[in-house]
Amino acid sequence: MNTVGFPLLSLLTFLPLAGVAVILAVRGDEQTVASNARWTALWTSLITFMLSLVLWFRFDKNEAEFQFVERLDWLSDFGVTYHMGVDGISVLFVLLATLLTPICILSSWEAVQNRVREYMIAFLILETMMVGMFCALDFVVFYIFFEGVLIPMFLIIGVWGGQRRVYAAFKLFLYTLLGSVLMLLAILLLWCTAGTTDILELFTLTIPPLLQTWIFLAFFASFAVKVPMWPVHTWLPDAHVEAPTAGSVILAGVLLKMGAYGFLRFSLPLLPVASAEFAPWIFALSIVAIVYTSLVALAQEDMKKLIAYSSVAHMGIVTLGIFTFTQQGVSGALFTMLSHGVVSSALFLCVGVLYDRVHSREIARYGGVAKIMPAYALVFMLFTMASVALPGLAGFPGELLVILGAWKVSPWVAFGAALGMILGAAYMLYLYRRVVFGRITRDDLRGLLDLSPREYAVFTPLILLTIWMGIYPQSFLSFFEASVAALVERHHAALGAARLAGL
Amino acid sequence: MFVGAVFFPLLGATIAGFFGRWIGDKASQWVTVLCMALAAICGVASFIEVALGHAPQTVVLLRFLDVGSFGLDWALRYDTLSVVMVAMVTCISTLIHLYSVGYMSHDPTTPRFFAYLSLFTFMMLMLVTADNLVQLFFGWEGVGLASYLLIGYWYEKESACAAAMKAFIVNRVGDLFFMLGLCLTFWVFGSIEFSEIFGAIDQHKDARFAGLPAYEVICILLFLGACGKSAQLGLHTWLPDAMEGPTPVSALIHAATMVTAGVFLVARMSAVFEYAPIALAIVTVVGASTALFAATIGCVQNDIKRIIAYSTCSQLGYMFFAAGVGAYQGAVFHLFTHAFFKALLFLSAGSVIHAMSEEQDIRKMGGIWKKIPVTYAVMWIGSLALAGVPYFAGYYSKDFVLEAAYAAHSGVGMYAFICGLLAAFLTAFYSWRLLILTFHGAPRADHHTMEHVHESPAVMLVPLLLLALGAVFAGAVFAPSFIGHHWEEFWNGAIVNAAHNHIMHHVHEVPGWVPLAPTIVGLSGIALAYVMYVFAPSLPGALAKALPGVHRFLLNKWYFDELYDAIFVRPARALARGFWKIGDVRIIDGVPNGLAASVAGAARQAVALQTGRVASYAFTMIVGLVLLVSLLLFGG
Repeated sequence: MNTVGFPLLSLLTFLPLAGVAVILAVRGDEQTVASNARWTALWTSLITFMLSLVLWFRFDKNEAEFQFVERLDWLSDFGVTYHMGVDGISVLFVLLATLLTPICILSSWEAVQNRVREYMIAFLILETMMVGMFCALDFVVFYIFFEGVLIPMFLIIGVWGGQRRVYAAFKLFLYTLLGSVLMLLAILLLWCTAGTTDILELFTLTIPPLLQTWIFLAFFASFAVKVPMWPVHTWLPDAHVEAPTAGSVILAGVLLKMGAYGFLRFSLPLLPVASAEFAPWIFALSIVAIVYTSLVALAQEDMKKLIAYSSVAHMGIVTLGIFTFTQQGVSGALFTMLSHGVVSSALFLCVGVLYDRVHSREIARYGGVAKIMPAYALVFMLFTMASVALPGLAGFPGELLVILGAWKVSPWVAFGAALGMILGAAYMLYLYRRVVFGRITRDDLRGLLDLSPREYAVFTPLILLTIWMGIYPQSFLSFFEASVAALVERHHAALGAARLAGL
Repeated sequence: MFVGAVFFPLLGATIAGFFGRWIGDKASQWVTVLCMALAAICGVASFIEVALGHAPQTVVLLRFLDVGSFGLDWALRYDTLSVVMVAMVTCISTLIHLYSVGYMSHDPTTPRFFAYLSLFTFMMLMLVTADNLVQLFFGWEGVGLASYLLIGYWYEKESACAAAMKAFIVNRVGDLFFMLGLCLTFWVFGSIEFSEIFGAIDQHKDARFAGLPAYEVICILLFLGACGKSAQLGLHTWLPDAMEGPTPVSALIHAATMVTAGVFLVARMSAVFEYAPIALAIVTVVGASTALFAATIGCVQNDIKRIIAYSTCSQLGYMFFAAGVGAYQGAVFHLFTHAFFKALLFLSAGSVIHAMSEEQDIRKMGGIWKKIPVTYAVMWIGSLALAGVPYFAGYYSKDFVLEAAYAAHSGVGMYAFICGLLAAFLTAFYSWRLLILTFHGAPRADHHTMEHVHESPAVMLVPLLLLALGAVFAGAVFAPSFIGHHWEEFWNGAIVNAAHNHIMHHVHEVPGWVPLAPTIVGLSGIALAYVMYVFAPSLPGALAKALPGVHRFLLNKWYFDELYDAIFVRPARALARGFWKIGDVRIIDGVPNGLAASVAGAARQAVALQTGRVASYAFTMIVGLVLLVSLLLFGG
């Protein structure tokens, strides 16, 4: 049934839950529980990560179809099966999720001191949901994981967040839920038409154009909020600002990718005609997102908010790339999603480093940090540059490919996407200048310590990845090349068929 | 050898940057210098093999990416053009490294400085040896990064941080167009590797884009990119501010690396530019205008480094209009000679600043030539070369460039020739203004500073003397191969002159007065400087008073900064705040928050109904009952 001989994907998905069970079983005073919970969570997530490396080595890059497939009857009367598998598009996101979870746990080692057990449980459940979502090949299973992600995230923000955490948590929850309900309706509609919710079977279905439009809109409502696209992006800055550092990392690193992944996995292959029809609108929204949120980022006074807005701008590049329907554009979008997952996570961690020491996110509170924390300044500079897509670092290949793909659609779209280059440099360097450069004006900053060994451990994998992705992107691109080529080809074939039928 | 020339500086940067704290200041300085020296040896060896031995080659390092039909490698392309640059960059950078050992000796974070310096050189080398446009862009952005780091090296200074940011962002504006040019190149040629582009020139000649010939659009976009990096009119504003960095950095930015990247790009893409006459005309006009514009500003500045900075800007204009009239060889030759004398000028300016206890205003100098004779002598040599006085390096290249402009026999060529001549006059004038005010006359510095005036240590003087040798001989030695009768053999196809372009031959057939003209205007510029600053020192002040408008206009650099501030920076700020406070907070968030508030309000109203009083419940019930009965009776 699959190449490794055991249900790898299910194991990856549910292994964190085993860790949860262990943590729940721990008894003792608060200190013991906390320390045990930390170590258990770390080891569980590390083992999951090690196991997920099998995907990296055993995944057949020349194959466009789904691999490591598992299939169990579940609600067979209703045409619902438990169906898991990964293709080139999803495989690296599984790895991203399994990589970021241990990093998150390590980064909150000292930052979180109350309700440590519950915190760690929330993160492990979150990992289960994320991995499951990227592996699911049945709509119902997908929907369960897709929505399930929201619960631990809601708790992480609502319980361990900042001052306005309740507002932020509810905003996150309501925004996402509103979209998801519409998606549920669309799934029901698909199920009524096809009698199955198996995604592979749905792919063979030809949906009439009018129906496609409606389903597209329903999906769009859900995915656009998750991406987030302008103008439904405002939940994100609030959520980021209030979330604890690790929450922001997962939110930016993986959760933001769910919307774009949804577009790629469902909207494009299932609804080719509607996708093509709505592409101009998506371009418009994406370019507005890039320009508008970049400008808004420029005016921010809160470090996390600034980076949150920059995420929206980067996601604009991603949605734009996806809807170019060119191989370069889609590959670029995927690559940008991955690189953004690494780079923006690292940026939030950078903010976290300062926040842990000073307990302020206000930019004006800092200045001259380079003098006392040179290693930190270097790390922050690296990720700043990666975020502004400096060639040789992770941000660049994706952006280049998206702009290249966009040019084919329209040079003006490419121009809009490229405007992000200037604005991105402006807001990131402005941030860096105000935080890291300058003269130290506040005495309490003088006593700050540079990165600790634990923080080095957190940053090292991300630094290596950032440089690796920048210098040798082919090692990542090769994973999704075949799948993207197949996707683009099928999209154009379907469009051609629809046009013929229209005649 | 080929790989070493490029990667030794990176090695040096890595060692100094990451291990500088452990191995100490001294060790990291000398490690970088050593790595640079090794790179220079490799660079010169490659020059001998590739340029003199006519053996161009490409070294493939690693597949970069491969998406659909879009694929490219990390590869080092060694042909005459790149190898000229490699040899020049590595040699000059080595000297600058050596000089910095003395100049930065009092700095607390020297390993960081040397790491940046080597990184800068590495990026420039990646740029010039690029095999495709993306790798070129890598180097292109890389020098942008390194210059950002170096300009902002003294990050505690507010002005240095601002200048660094400005340099990076203005460069990014140019980069945007570069990126778009790259896209169009790919969609026209189906490749961005140079060898494939140049091989397919004939096939796509008639390709059109948005109603224009595609080649024209590509070239204009790339040229706009070059404008950013090479500080041409409009995107030049970052260059003078870049003087905030330590002086060796200015020398590196202005002489060997960074600003010459734009000229290099035009020369590299000469095969495409040859078929884009409109783009070439634009290059010529912009280049010529910049040459004159920057020279006018140079005449009234008072900061020793800024004067030299504007002269760089002006000289880059020369290189561009040379390329614009089709004499790319001349452009590269001027770039080559300019590297020597401009590095020399900057480093000797650094030596002066060093001697004057960090004073940069030439109005506060004077009368120091006896105290720092070596610096004085090499500064003379640099100025003579810059002014194009016969037999110094600048003479060969500048003369050639102006002759080429004349020989183009076109309107824009003539415009360039006139601008170039005027600029040559002004160049000589401000160079000698600088020399006279800095070294001669009565000392204007305070007593304390004057006592401390001292010649720089040997580690700084040796590079100066070597560069001075270059400034004297680089022209005479290399002119025959670069632009003389052997040029075709020397360039070996690295620069393409199309079949219709005979400028390289026409240059040798200009009327007799044309080669003489630059020398004559140069000498008269020097004479004017003597008149104004030695024989009649009251004249400049009187002139400034007589023409206050002009003087202020020049002093404020044609008000470009103010203009950009008014039309870009401030509106962007206002827009940013507007989008945030009104767009996001009030409109986009206002609607759901308002909705939530009204739902909560309505719920509160509903709660109010449940008072718990039996009378009101009974009353409500009766009202309901009445309504129901009446509906049943009359609704029918």
